[in-house]
Amino acid sequence: MAEALLDVKGLETTFKTPEGVVHAVNGVSFQLKEGETLAVVGESGCGKSVTMLSILGLVPHPPGDVNAGEAHFGGQDLLDMNNEELRHIRGALISMIFQDPMTSLNPVLTIGRQLEEPLMLHLGMKKKEARARAAELLSMVGIPSAAERLDDYPHQFSGGMRQRVMIAMALSCNPQILIADEPTTALDVTIQAQITELVKRLRDELGMAVIWITHDLGVVAGIAQRVIVMYGGYIIEEAPVKELYTHPEHPYTIGLLGSLPRVDEKGKHHLDSIEGLPPVLYAKSTSCPFAPRCKWVQAKCWAENPPLLKVGPNHTAACWVDTHTGKLRQ
Amino acid sequence: MTPSKNGKNEILLDVDDLVMHFPIYRGVIRRQVGAVRAVDGVSFQVKKGETLGLVGESGCGKSTTGRTILQLYKPTAGRVTFDGVDLVALKGEQLRKMRRKMQMIFQDPYASLNPRMTVGDIVGEPLMVHEVATGKQRRDTVRELLELVKLNPSFIDRYPHEFSGGQRQRIGVARALALHPSFIVCDEPISALDVSIQAQVVNLLEDLQEKFNLTYLFIAHDLSMVRHISDRVAVMYLGVIVELADRQDIYENPLHPYTQALLSAVPIPDPVVDSKRKRTILKGDVPSPANPPSGCRFRTRCPIAEQLCAELRPEFRELKPGHFVACHFADQFVQ
Repeated sequence: MAEALLDVKGLETTFKTPEGVVHAVNGVSFQLKEGETLAVVGESGCGKSVTMLSILGLVPHPPGDVNAGEAHFGGQDLLDMNNEELRHIRGALISMIFQDPMTSLNPVLTIGRQLEEPLMLHLGMKKKEARARAAELLSMVGIPSAAERLDDYPHQFSGGMRQRVMIAMALSCNPQILIADEPTTALDVTIQAQITELVKRLRDELGMAVIWITHDLGVVAGIAQRVIVMYGGYIIEEAPVKELYTHPEHPYTIGLLGSLPRVDEKGKHHLDSIEGLPPVLYAKSTSCPFAPRCKWVQAKCWAENPPLLKVGPNHTAACWVDTHTGKLRQ
Repeated sequence: MTPSKNGKNEILLDVDDLVMHFPIYRGVIRRQVGAVRAVDGVSFQVKKGETLGLVGESGCGKSTTGRTILQLYKPTAGRVTFDGVDLVALKGEQLRKMRRKMQMIFQDPYASLNPRMTVGDIVGEPLMVHEVATGKQRRDTVRELLELVKLNPSFIDRYPHEFSGGQRQRIGVARALALHPSFIVCDEPISALDVSIQAQVVNLLEDLQEKFNLTYLFIAHDLSMVRHISDRVAVMYLGVIVELADRQDIYENPLHPYTQALLSAVPIPDPVVDSKRKRTILKGDVPSPANPPSGCRFRTRCPIAEQLCAELRPEFRELKPGHFVACHFADQFVQ
């Protein structure tokens, strides 16, 4: 197996709020290999975005605190770096695109200016050179008459176009890792398909690794090789994409897949909803965080929070119960 | 057409050539220089007890259609006949009386509930406005309604901020049900909710429909959810309905190139099936409704457009029994 490009171990992040300290990420460990696409799936508040922000030192402090963990990238620990050192990594070697293309672009600067900035900052290009490269980047992400559009402002672009601009910006310095945080959630289905295809194409052309954060299990099926499912700040299941959809092991993953209607569904049936709400953890969970909503819950689930257990080749799940038999795992 | 769930074929709502233009004003004297043609000639019928799904991308006019039907906007032209009464002709008190039979559930459960009112006031307000119940009787009715949407009736004195998104949407549903309406416009009721919560709310809407024989106009952009909940589905693009058919028919044999592209763009949560599908990726964006293309609205993005499409607006015609489509060249797709 190739050595991991990014190796995260035991990451813990908390936020101070008026109601108490919220434990947003509770000991998350994962690896990303070169050229691989990893999807991180979960509902709002499950800690998927905070995990990535923690790695890049983008968690606002205060109220946020990254309390523990390591994130090895290129022989260094990202969590040990100061802001100055991180700035050389962010946008150059690891870049990120965000959910909302409306608010992630500066409305008073032209698209060209915003695209040239990372090129001059990270790659030391001169103004003229940067402008030529910016036009190249815009046409690479499929924006017609790119050179003329450099002088336009963000409001002159549609939502899908703005997301393309964001992608162009993120890829401008040929990063090794692209972190995409729900990049298609704010977009319409036909535009969503355009953007997903674009990221796939660029990933294959440029050979970068992608971390795709989403709540949409449908999008994941088409783009990722491996999937991590998060719940209440914990990774609760990890598997290759086909394995996860055909043999989900954790009751939450099973519930999530069952609650999705499918566009290719034939008959009419009741959706299997998961009753109750996702938790907000004011302390690390001593029981399984999913226990209050779980159909298979047993005494052991309340007594002890399950670690990730091996349930198949390359497949782990944090659950004491074997859902096929309803008995505790050996 | 197939019979609706209760075995009747009675038409509850008949929308005929509905037009809703929003004027654009410019200059010092506020001269009208154009119009956003949000809804531009939409016709369909909804039968008693059925769910008609209305899908389309943002800005296609689906929400405006819903609001215009309820007379929240005064339509520019066209007729809306509800239960035999022409709503467009009604005014004041008469319209207010009709409103009891038609309610709406809104998209954003955070913006559609007044943060300064308790749940009891919010759900009880329609009862007060329409002078149905007062005092203790009203509180009792509100408790029953809360129970109906599976909320604890003891929450009656709480405020909206104390609830999660899914619970708030239930409050919105309880408010819509307060006056025992026969027709509810559900305007993207689940798109602001998390996946596991969406299924809860959809199941609730389905249970209530069965219990009270409700008729829904279900507006959404999520084609998977629309397929799940609807009996028939209408697809909108840039202010017009391009295709209307039975749910099974429209998903198995879409006739309009836009519907085909829309369906192929929906991801399927199954990597095996998803990798085998043929995808049609549409080029470009939806044109502005203030200046729509001539002829067929979809021709600028259509993979099979020809000269004729720019010249002549395609008729909305019945190509198969109960399956309507607005495309000059749809015949080739009929299976």
